[in-house]
Amino acid sequence: MDDFWLFLTILGQCLLVMVGVLISLAFLLYMDRKVWAAVQLRRGPNVVGPFGLLQSFADFLKFVMKEIVIPAGADRAVFLLAPMLTFVLASIAWVAIPFAEGWVISDMNVGILYLFAISSLGVYGVIMGGWAGNSKYPFLGGLRSAAQMVSYEVSIGFVIVCVLLMVGSLNLTDIVLAQDGAGIFSWFFLKQPVMFIVFFISALAETNRPPFDLPEAESELVAGYQVEYSSTPYLLFMIGEYMNIVMMCALTTILFLGGWLSPIGVGHGMFWFVLKVVFCFFMFAMVKAIVPRYRYDQLMRLGWKVFLPLSLAFVVLTASFMKIFDVQPWAYTDEAREMGRGAMMIEAPASTTEPAKTEES
Amino acid sequence: MQAIAFYLFATVACVAGTLVVFARNPVHSVLWLILAFFSTAGLFVLMGAEFLAMLLMIIYVGAVAVLFLFVVMMLDIDFAELRGRVAQYLPLGLAIGVVLIVELSVGFAAWNGMEKKIIDSGTVYGTTNAHALGGVVYTKYVYAFQASGLILLVAMVGAIVLTLRHREGVKTQDVWAQMQRDPKTAVELKDVRPGQSL
Repeated sequence: MDDFWLFLTILGQCLLVMVGVLISLAFLLYMDRKVWAAVQLRRGPNVVGPFGLLQSFADFLKFVMKEIVIPAGADRAVFLLAPMLTFVLASIAWVAIPFAEGWVISDMNVGILYLFAISSLGVYGVIMGGWAGNSKYPFLGGLRSAAQMVSYEVSIGFVIVCVLLMVGSLNLTDIVLAQDGAGIFSWFFLKQPVMFIVFFISALAETNRPPFDLPEAESELVAGYQVEYSSTPYLLFMIGEYMNIVMMCALTTILFLGGWLSPIGVGHGMFWFVLKVVFCFFMFAMVKAIVPRYRYDQLMRLGWKVFLPLSLAFVVLTASFMKIFDVQPWAYTDEAREMGRGAMMIEAPASTTEPAKTEES
Repeated sequence: MQAIAFYLFATVACVAGTLVVFARNPVHSVLWLILAFFSTAGLFVLMGAEFLAMLLMIIYVGAVAVLFLFVVMMLDIDFAELRGRVAQYLPLGLAIGVVLIVELSVGFAAWNGMEKKIIDSGTVYGTTNAHALGGVVYTKYVYAFQASGLILLVAMVGAIVLTLRHREGVKTQDVWAQMQRDPKTAVELKDVRPGQSL
């Protein structure tokens, strides 16, 4: 019976997070368009609702009402599976995000790896959608995107390793708590400024945002892998993409901007988390508005020849610094152990304290 | 609850694994393979090996299978014709299958009592997967770990050497040289009078 109630509670939490994320997404989309418009001295959406606030909901209704067109030569199953996969992957990532201390659906020990795994799966939606349409432009877009996302994942991985070296734990709550202390001055973006920038740019590339939106470059590929999509499948692709962007903003917040911690050291809470995510999203929108698109070979050069060696060097640098100056990762400090979150010391091999569980069959 | 989840993941993994072989379209085969990987990751989580599960997802699903998909999608082979010659490859496939089954059974026959050995080998209760693995891999098995790293490095260098070729007369972009160019040396201003050539 307890199991059942637990199940219901978790279901309720998931529903709450899902609804919250989707509704904030509607307004973030509106914000994206408004920021973009403001940079270009336009007004942006301003017709539906006060100040155009309900524009996203109007768009939503329009998408849902339209007819779903499936190309004649398409692989129907894969064609419809691709947008669903994108949407589902983008939404299940949120279970591991801690919105405030203890406000997390699953406080798993490998939280950061989970997010990394989910974001690396995102490429399947794109590549499947590009292939299933049985059309040239989507296919080229899908291939470009696959190569791009795989390339930038590598440097994101090394950036995460840099942060993990300082934290000593893969748990997202631990990563945020490790940045507690002197307010804004103990957040990781000051300790790892270079990696912060590398992560931000890689996040742009990973989510196919401008200036790295080669997979859907309008001028050469029409809309890349989304060309053949219409109506709800297209909507799912778009929501999934924006959810991934907000996800990356949340990840930036957790890894470098101190998650829910307040910049003055007192009054931590979810408010700060939301504020930082919105700030990151604003930066994403600004980049979209002011930076011209990269060429594809430049994109690959940046990923493999600049970011990969740079982030690798910083992994070595961080590790050497911590070894030479004998800095303990946060999880091994007394402070962490007092909070009951630190890692236990590994005992020397072959001296087990627990009696071995013997089950001779 | 755990039993239900186990049977769900196990069934999906087995069915997907079978469909990898029997799917008509090679792209579908790869997609089934991904589903099989995914279910295996679920089984790892059920066993409490969440670190291994995530590594499986990141490395196999996130990178290796993407490359498979990449290659299979780009291939232009008449697969219907290829399937017609299945009988030709059947003995070879069966032989490989038999070898795998024999190896697995030998491995599992020797498994008895290994669980105790693993527990005795220094993994401590109460730590997370990553800490426990790190505590063993970087102390007791450090040479094996370094050796495997070296093998991977050699394989990587080998792959690069195999595909590296120098072609004459290919123009490539040198970003540094471009950035170092300066209008004074790159552009020469000539004053051309009317009715005169340079």
